[in-house]
Amino acid sequence: METTPSAPHTTTSQDTPNANSNFLLRLLRAREATLIIMIVLIGIALQLITGKFLTTPNLNAISLGFATSAIIVVGMTAALVSGGFDLSVGSVFAMGGVTVALALRAELPIPIAILCGVACGALAGFINGFLITQIQINPFITTLGMLGIARGVSLAITQGLPIAGLPPDFLVYGQGQNLGIPNLILIAIIAIIVGDILMRRSSAFRQIYYVGGNEEAARLSGINVKRVVLAVYVLSGLLAGLAGVLSVSRFTVADPGAGSGEELRIIAACIIGGCSLRGGKGTVIGGLLGLIFVGFINNGMVLLRVPVYWQQLAMGVVLLLAVGFDTISQRWQLRARGKKAG
Amino acid sequence: MDGQPITPANPREALALGIAIVYQELSMVPTLTVAENIFPGHLPTNRFGMVNYRQLYQNAAQVLEKMQVHVNPRALVETLSIANQQLVEISKALSSNCKVLILDEPTSALTDTEADRLLKLLHRLALEGVSILYISHKLNEVFTLAHRITVLRDGRYIGTEKTADVTPDQIIRMMVGRELGAMYPSKTNQVGSPLLEVQDLTLPNSKARNSFKLNQGEILGFAGLIGSGRSELARSVFGADSKVAGRIFLNGSPVDFRSPQDAIKHGLGYLPEDRKAAGLFLEMSIRLNIEAAVISKVSTNGFLSPTKERTLAERYVQQLAISTPGIEQEVRRLSGGNQQKTLVAKWLAIKPNILIVDEPTRGIDVGAKKEIHFLLRQLAESGVGIIIISSELPEILGMSDRILVMHESAIVAEYTAEEATEEKIIRSASGQ
Repeated sequence: METTPSAPHTTTSQDTPNANSNFLLRLLRAREATLIIMIVLIGIALQLITGKFLTTPNLNAISLGFATSAIIVVGMTAALVSGGFDLSVGSVFAMGGVTVALALRAELPIPIAILCGVACGALAGFINGFLITQIQINPFITTLGMLGIARGVSLAITQGLPIAGLPPDFLVYGQGQNLGIPNLILIAIIAIIVGDILMRRSSAFRQIYYVGGNEEAARLSGINVKRVVLAVYVLSGLLAGLAGVLSVSRFTVADPGAGSGEELRIIAACIIGGCSLRGGKGTVIGGLLGLIFVGFINNGMVLLRVPVYWQQLAMGVVLLLAVGFDTISQRWQLRARGKKAG
Repeated sequence: MDGQPITPANPREALALGIAIVYQELSMVPTLTVAENIFPGHLPTNRFGMVNYRQLYQNAAQVLEKMQVHVNPRALVETLSIANQQLVEISKALSSNCKVLILDEPTSALTDTEADRLLKLLHRLALEGVSILYISHKLNEVFTLAHRITVLRDGRYIGTEKTADVTPDQIIRMMVGRELGAMYPSKTNQVGSPLLEVQDLTLPNSKARNSFKLNQGEILGFAGLIGSGRSELARSVFGADSKVAGRIFLNGSPVDFRSPQDAIKHGLGYLPEDRKAAGLFLEMSIRLNIEAAVISKVSTNGFLSPTKERTLAERYVQQLAISTPGIEQEVRRLSGGNQQKTLVAKWLAIKPNILIVDEPTRGIDVGAKKEIHFLLRQLAESGVGIIIISSELPEILGMSDRILVMHESAIVAEYTAEEATEEKIIRSASGQ
């Protein structure tokens, strides 16, 4: 081809002198690395201060607390990467739980009952996705509406009362162990690993990043944007429903008020983990690390006997600090690079 | 400024010192009126602190009158054509009675006639004593307008010359740092069999039925004013926008593209005119951009293969001489020309039979422009049918084997490369 022979090919000349610093920058920019360091530091600090942070009961309790949230993080990451978010996960979580409990009380076989709970979540997600892609209501309004609807449904069909008295065979899922690890944690780990691999490497899930990166460009590149977005919300609803089912199995009661405020905690975790509200960015592992980071701080405050009222305030500050610090450091990196180039 | 050292910290301070700037990308609020956009910082108010709209519209009308811009100050900016928006933007800059006016590629969205109008206006302003700093890739504009020309290359000052003392070739040499040679490749004129046939295609808001053929190995130019329906026609052929009626044949058999996905499957590519809004994934890497339309080709069993991804991206970075430290570079950090080459690479990766390029060289440097021209010709010589939409007449004339001219959503004229002239095209494009 007619490539002008003396084209200014800066490929090598720019690359070599600062290859090392590029590597460091990239590592710094990988939010996961920063988070892991922070988490380890917090863990060590809490152990030194309280002496009981790194004990099996405490860590077990924290992990169990994370497990259902971690499952929801997978779906939320997908939603955030696609350029939207799902505010309804907390309510759908409760609705999934209530559904499985009612199905069990109606003496449906356990697998069918579980399926009902999960399907109920997926249905809520489908409705979200349908409204967002076909009627084109924005994700904020759509999922805010679903937040109210799913919570309302849960409260209405239970008259606001928790449902207890579930068959012991069902409770095994949330309370049992395999290989010495609680089932719930195993399921969460599987969800995280599978979710992370799919988001990183599967060609189907890669489309989510394109849609979030630039919707119009994605469409013109032959990506079926509507189908991708619909699938993302179905996934998010389905996983929230599944988390709700597992939570009921663990706690032996279906509480129609469960998971309230969960959506904001999860979104905060994902954002701390590197997702962007503008879409196109983020990893499942990042979201999990964000969740652990927030969880550790929470747990630390409990161990340090910080009054409950201050804990919420602290979480708000942590979110703003984490994201603010990141934004500033990125700007700082950009500027440093600009100076080098100029 | 006026011999005094100044260090404005932001655009507002600069404006107070008498320096106004018109950016390459429009910076107006589309949902407000023209008048509100002209006076954003200093709306006239009544004694209750509320906006005095009557006064505002009067002031705006005066500014527009002075500029000879014929738009209604009460119109919402989003309802104006891009050209008028650009003129309003300049009116806004001038409403501050600035002494220095900086314009960054103000004509990149304008057609030649509209650009002419703008240049005349700037000329008049200069006579009235406004100093103008005019940033442009378009040499003919610079030569008509400027008294002195300064060339920058890769962020470095190269030199300043009096316009009367230099020729365009000398300036080009300063810009690229070497001899550029011809901007357009020679035409071969060996056109093959019909590849794409469009029959009676009707666009929304129009009754005109458009029919045309694209042959193998041919570069078909679409000329016309901005808003004449060229992009709309291209987009509906590509399945990106809906069409009212019409039939499309590919290699003689009827096809119906309901989405870009369908079109791409059949070997069509469409490079949109607005590369930032509709073409690129700016915050993603070159690699991700190049493979965007061929995800399945760089995958094995539904999972992306890092090796295939890297090979694909590196091949095109090298083939198109995209200047970058590596394939993981974010596209937004590239120069306009390299961004455009990345976008071209995305479409080359689908191995197109037909490639529609909409303003393929808008706002990029002459070097990259020339490279894209030669690349398109090379593609055509390998048998690809190419449709090129451009508002730059020299580009249409220099590249096309055949030229169609559109006016008000209808194809109104067809010229062969030999018979086409700028004059004929302009006449057809303006409906005469």
